[in-house]
Amino acid sequence: MSAPSRIFVPRDAAALSVGAESVATAIGREADKRGIAVEIVRTGSRGMLWLEPLVEVESARGRFAFGPVRPGDVGSLFEAGFAVPDSPAARAHPLALGETEKLDWLSRQQRLSFARVGVSDPLSLADYRKAGGLKGLERAVALSGAEIVEAVRASGLRGRGGAGFPTGIKWKTVLDAKVGQKYVVCNADEGDSGTFADRMLMEGDPFLIIEGMAIAGLAVGATKGFIYIRSEYPHAFRAMEEAIAIATEAGVIGADMLSTGRAFHLEARLGAGAYICGEETALLESLEGRRGVVRAKPPLPALQGLFGKPTIVNNVLSFAAVPFILSEGAEAYAHYGMGRSRGTLPVQLGGNVKRGGLIELAFGASLRSLIEDFGGGTLSGRPVRAVQVGGPLGAYLPESQLDTPLDYEALAAIDAMLGHGGIVVFDDRVDMARQAKFAFDFCAKESCGKCTPCRIGAVRGSESVQRVIAGIEREKNLALLDDLNRLMTDASLCAMGGLTPMPVMSAMKHFPEDFRRPVMAAAAE
Amino acid sequence: MESPVRWNDAEAQAIIDRHKGRDGATLPILHALQARFGFVDRAVIPVLAEALNLSKAEIHGVLTFYHDFRDTPPQGRVIRLCRAEACQSLGVEAMLAEFCASTGMSPDQPSAEGVVIETVYCLGNCALGPAALVEGELVGRVDCARLEALVAGAEPAAIAAGEAV
Ligand SMILES: Cc1cc2nc3c(=O)[nH]c(=O)nc-3n(C[C@H](O)[C@H](O)[C@H](O)COP(=O)(O)O)c2cc1C
Ligand code: SF4
Ligand code: FES
Repeated sequence: MSAPSRIFVPRDAAALSVGAESVATAIGREADKRGIAVEIVRTGSRGMLWLEPLVEVESARGRFAFGPVRPGDVGSLFEAGFAVPDSPAARAHPLALGETEKLDWLSRQQRLSFARVGVSDPLSLADYRKAGGLKGLERAVALSGAEIVEAVRASGLRGRGGAGFPTGIKWKTVLDAKVGQKYVVCNADEGDSGTFADRMLMEGDPFLIIEGMAIAGLAVGATKGFIYIRSEYPHAFRAMEEAIAIATEAGVIGADMLSTGRAFHLEARLGAGAYICGEETALLESLEGRRGVVRAKPPLPALQGLFGKPTIVNNVLSFAAVPFILSEGAEAYAHYGMGRSRGTLPVQLGGNVKRGGLIELAFGASLRSLIEDFGGGTLSGRPVRAVQVGGPLGAYLPESQLDTPLDYEALAAIDAMLGHGGIVVFDDRVDMARQAKFAFDFCAKESCGKCTPCRIGAVRGSESVQRVIAGIEREKNLALLDDLNRLMTDASLCAMGGLTPMPVMSAMKHFPEDFRRPVMAAAAE
Repeated sequence: MESPVRWNDAEAQAIIDRHKGRDGATLPILHALQARFGFVDRAVIPVLAEALNLSKAEIHGVLTFYHDFRDTPPQGRVIRLCRAEACQSLGVEAMLAEFCASTGMSPDQPSAEGVVIETVYCLGNCALGPAALVEGELVGRVDCARLEALVAGAEPAAIAAGEAV
């Protein structure tokens, strides 16, 4: 008997949400019943979420994919010889998709940060090494802090959490602070609706994030790191905790990082259901054990951050880009992208879309190519009417603007923002006045309450949109909304209040008819 | 997930003692208490304040600021349903309205059996929405039938796999 067939089944939460656990169980049971030896490897997700549960079988020619597999399909898959590599009958099965790496959706991507996600066992440090992991950290231990920071600066990496601030400049500020204790904090709060890249990476390749944070620690001389994970992500939290324990045990991090005599201790912390804790200063407050109330800046967290000490705060995807930059060089990273947006962006395509998932591409692809070529249009089959880019604080764009490239500056030029790279598709049934009202309601509910324009403005905004919908003094209320939007934009302490007007104003600008519907229709829902 | 046990002062004290030396220990302790007992009894506030050398007002402030922490034991299953934009684009609001109309339930209000459909904003499953998180398990493509089964107590993993509906 030859070695057992290796069968890969994701344990990514999205895959589990459509039954991957039952599929894995069914495969094990069916193999036992038939006396066939299989090794079931649990991985992250390849990101082709509409095909989940996606099951792969290893063969000499690479992996072969089947999906979406339901538990009830497992019998017929085995019947077709699916556990036997290269079985012609299995390759003719209705669920056979082809060789995974050659699937159009994957082969057109540039996967740097997501190279291993869905491929290897996320909690096997040996697999991580075999697939090129730890090269960046091994490079970094041979460099000075200033050299590491310079590599990150030269790569052009900008923060992936939303604001797009140059990562190298932030690290330089922390490096230059002459204080003993410093911290590295990873922002894994991923509160933006429509985004899930951080989650997929934490579940699918947690060692990459650990490696990126450890490099940051070396760069600035920080010996302690925290990763703050939202409580809505129990799977990701477990994966990170386990990975940290494994990496510490193996001496990759801990008291004697890679036997260098230098320390980097890492701890995962759970959020508690507050969107504002994604804002970096509120996050630091929360880590310190307080309410997640935004701090006034200055002082910058880079100078007075966690427990008042110099602190790097970066998004998961920012840290995840760093190992490649160190191992392959800043130029190799900067080679991707356009203008001042360098490298790749893991785009998250969701909402009413036929083929949603994770698409990592160099900056510059158009929204249309993502929604139409990758996404295949709406799930409902109806026309696309609006697309929200960049989370709940991002703009709603009409069909006519879908040729805009994914690039920080190009989106800013049309009063939109890239944020964390989420794209949410709506069909022609969307009511944009209701979406505008939701933006205010969300802000009212999630505001930290520190400043008036946000705390009071969001409530006033919601009431005003409601009056517009109800046809009460429409012109007056629309004018009031214009003023309110301006006030919130200009006078809010942080981007929660400051950017809530972005979805509202874009809805009013691009979809004015939705704010002037006959009242009967609006009230009759 | 392990099911909660009855509140017990001695065990609460042991949990506090186990975590109180950590940096910024407040949230880890509250999470540990809630994981064990299903809620955080307000009577623990002075104990926690003393252990962490903080004021009672500060602990109270933390307990009430975060949506996750609850100060009464849940009476039944909590279904956290995403009502954010990607799930809206897939019709979660109409689905929920229809469900509530047919069952007499309201979002964020316990039913007669103590089951709550709790509003949350994004569960990171935006390509397979509408999404729900039940007993630590993520469920995708939630429709009225699946929601009904979840409210009735079906295994979330079975619902995810398309069984039991
Ligand atoms: C209301 C609000 C929510 C935010 N949520 C997140 C978040 O969930 N994750 C994140 O990385 N950044 C978030 N940010 C941005 C952070 O404040 C900060 O800019 C970021 O963590 C810096 O890391 P980066 O430079 O790597 O992007 C949020 C900002 C605001 C104003
Ligand atoms: S804008 Fe809103 S969330 Fe930000 S500090 Fe002001 S009240 Fe808090
Ligand atoms: S918006 Fe519902 S899961 Fe993300």
